[in-house]
Amino acid sequence: CSFPSPPRPAHFSAFSGCFADVMSTFTEVPQAAPVAVFKLTADFREDSHPKKVNLGVGAYRTDDCQPWVLPVVKKVERMICEDQSLNHEYLPILGLPEFRSSASKIALGDDSPAIKEQRVKRVQSLGGTGALKIGAEFLRRWYNGTNNTATPVYVSAPTWENHNGVFSDAGFKDIRPYRYWDAARRGLDLTGFLEDMEKAPEHSIFVLHACAHNPTGTDPSQEEWKKIADVMKRKKLFVFFDSAYQGFASGSLEKDAWAIRFFVSEGLELFCAQSFSKNFGLYNERVGNLTVVAKDGDNLNRVLSQMEKIVRTIWSNPPSQGARIVAKTLTSPELFAEWQGNVKTMADRVLLMRSELKSKLLAMTTPGTWEHITQQIGMFSFTGLNPKQVEYMIKEKHIYLMASGRINMCGLTTKNIDYVAESIHEAVSKVQ
Amino acid sequence: MNCKIGFYIVKEYLSWWSEVQMGPPDPILGVTEAFKRDTNPKKINLGVGAYRDDQGKPYVLNCVRKAEAQIATKKLDKEYLTIGGLAEFNKACAQLALGPDNEVLKSGRSITVQTISGTGSLRVGANFLSRFHTVAKDVYLPKPSWGNHTPIFRDAGMQLKAYSYYDPKTCGFDFKGALDDILKIPEKSVIMLHACAHNPTGVDPRPEQWKEISALVKKRNLLVFFDMAYQGFASGDIDRDAWAVRYFIEQGHNVVLSQSFAKNMGLYGERVGGFTVVCKDAEEAKRVESQLKILIRPIYSNPPMNGARIASTILNTPELYKEWLVEVKDMATRIIRMREELVGNLKKEGSTLNWQHVTDQIGMFCFTGLKPDQVERLTKEFSVYMTKDGRISMAGVTSGNVGYLAHGIHTVTK
Repeated sequence: CSFPSPPRPAHFSAFSGCFADVMSTFTEVPQAAPVAVFKLTADFREDSHPKKVNLGVGAYRTDDCQPWVLPVVKKVERMICEDQSLNHEYLPILGLPEFRSSASKIALGDDSPAIKEQRVKRVQSLGGTGALKIGAEFLRRWYNGTNNTATPVYVSAPTWENHNGVFSDAGFKDIRPYRYWDAARRGLDLTGFLEDMEKAPEHSIFVLHACAHNPTGTDPSQEEWKKIADVMKRKKLFVFFDSAYQGFASGSLEKDAWAIRFFVSEGLELFCAQSFSKNFGLYNERVGNLTVVAKDGDNLNRVLSQMEKIVRTIWSNPPSQGARIVAKTLTSPELFAEWQGNVKTMADRVLLMRSELKSKLLAMTTPGTWEHITQQIGMFSFTGLNPKQVEYMIKEKHIYLMASGRINMCGLTTKNIDYVAESIHEAVSKVQ
Repeated sequence: MNCKIGFYIVKEYLSWWSEVQMGPPDPILGVTEAFKRDTNPKKINLGVGAYRDDQGKPYVLNCVRKAEAQIATKKLDKEYLTIGGLAEFNKACAQLALGPDNEVLKSGRSITVQTISGTGSLRVGANFLSRFHTVAKDVYLPKPSWGNHTPIFRDAGMQLKAYSYYDPKTCGFDFKGALDDILKIPEKSVIMLHACAHNPTGVDPRPEQWKEISALVKKRNLLVFFDMAYQGFASGDIDRDAWAVRYFIEQGHNVVLSQSFAKNMGLYGERVGGFTVVCKDAEEAKRVESQLKILIRPIYSNPPMNGARIASTILNTPELYKEWLVEVKDMATRIIRMREELVGNLKKEGSTLNWQHVTDQIGMFCFTGLKPDQVERLTKEFSVYMTKDGRISMAGVTSGNVGYLAHGIHTVTK
């Protein structure tokens, strides 16, 4: 049969016009507020002030304030591009096998007893967010009974704002804070943290930041982690690690994974959501991994079969490019070493900016204590600036940071650090 | 002391996951896993819908390779995309579906977000309707539909219903049955329509049938959800394959639309798709966009770049676009030829059954009409892998295996 020519615009009679109105199912859809961190960047982009600085969204920047594609990533991408044997076929639902296994080795350690005992499985996910999502969906369906939306989920106060979103979207009705940041001391409120765990109902889920806590940059010490693990075990709480900065925090993969590995060595079952956005600089390729550690391997096949079902109705199977890059890098000794070097480069620059910022503030005798700038770790620092001071920074100084006082250390460079330090000094002195 | 040890042992043994049930294997992807395990050199995989060339190999489009080479020279960074994805992709994606001169695009009264291929698009759409189309919780799928439609909508919190679609007696479209059922659908319910190359049957309405469906759907005041996963792949002509979508919009339906570039650009594993909402006006489109972002953020934050960048480069570079149209047509043509060869070979085998539906149907899939026990025999005796509903992926048929396939089908059906 022959197809008619493309339709000409119809006459919109009063009826058609009315029909269109009646049909509009979305008349009542309210305008949603934009996600704060992205709005901040949008505002920054529109600002034409020559000295503007973006200390908002968490992405690494070089000392020229440029995004940085890791040299090892460039190299591996070229290799992938030139490999004519590769195609764009679907990955398995759970992802690229060599990615999944090498990724969880990064978190758990090559010689992890859990891996040796075959108590570990993994799901490749769309970034760290995707890994949290799969974990959350699984827990809501199969943890603490079936479809138990009442299981309390504890997230740190404060935490990455999307933690709340992920768990509530997965159906959990009771998301609570656990004390974490001590604003007065500008450090970890360990007492409050431990107390909240003691008081938590059994089987509550706890979202723990493996290292480089977002947004505070404040991590428990090893001794403090031991205390935390002890309560988790005793109170039968579920451990869900969020590991988005491994390697990025201290520069050492092992050091940054210490907490995860310790918990595993204590025999705890846990989930660990890994992101390779920051430590591989692969932000937009959405490379993540949900590592599942169980007490025995038998249960794991069933767990994974259920995770497969969850994945199938969200994204069917994950994107291949980012996973290929990471897998290739992690499974080649030379590339792996090169990657470790790239990661250390990033971590070292952040550490340098921390020490510079602190010394400049001290030199100006800026009111307040500033030890936390170098005690905190990773991409972010909770400066302690209050909302009014933050507003001053944005409006008067064109320095963009989150209302919480969180700054991205990567936004600091040797060229802008003086301006930022002076501005902080001004804000703290002038605005109460 | 003994009690303490006993308790300790019990405590140590108890896993959180003891009560987790084993999930059933995915019926479609499970076929490929079974195929992989088979050692018969003559085995054929007619399960999952991924295109194969005449040697039975995956096919990377030339325009894709060229686009990738082009992208490599640009030395782009890897910064996060916005939640809604790559803007130039979204624009081109909508233009491809609606046609570049479409009034909807000109007036800005639609919003397109980049999604994780077709599945991701359907899920975002399902979540959006579940949250905002609160007047009706029911989605009406054609009987049968892609197996994954049901769990997607269900997981999004919607209820599934069906309308007649496939007539097993004719292996064709049950037009009357469809109209009868659609007439009974409660107002404002969501109706899912496959834009072209219906999956799994390969049975599409003819244009005059689409017109009647459109009128009836309008009369019933239903919200139309188009799933277009095979634009270009069905007939070989992207405008022809999008005709139903464009006609409905022109008739005043403010549709929602899922698009996939898995098949027509061979970008399966890169997960390239789009979700479009046609709104009343640009202001409404802005509100809808803001809510789509709120939905997407707690799932995966923002979409993957690689595939969208490739697709965008192809769609927005005239020479590559032209080349793509040719390659899509070639893929569709090969499928059409395999349909003809299969029927020809069945006749040669001496089959007296009516196989016309094999050439009447369109797109990647063919509903052979084989019953489950026949399918089982075909798999066991001939190592031909397909889904139990009798669906075969024509893409898996080659000039090298079509004779063997015909022989197998004839054997189990005579």
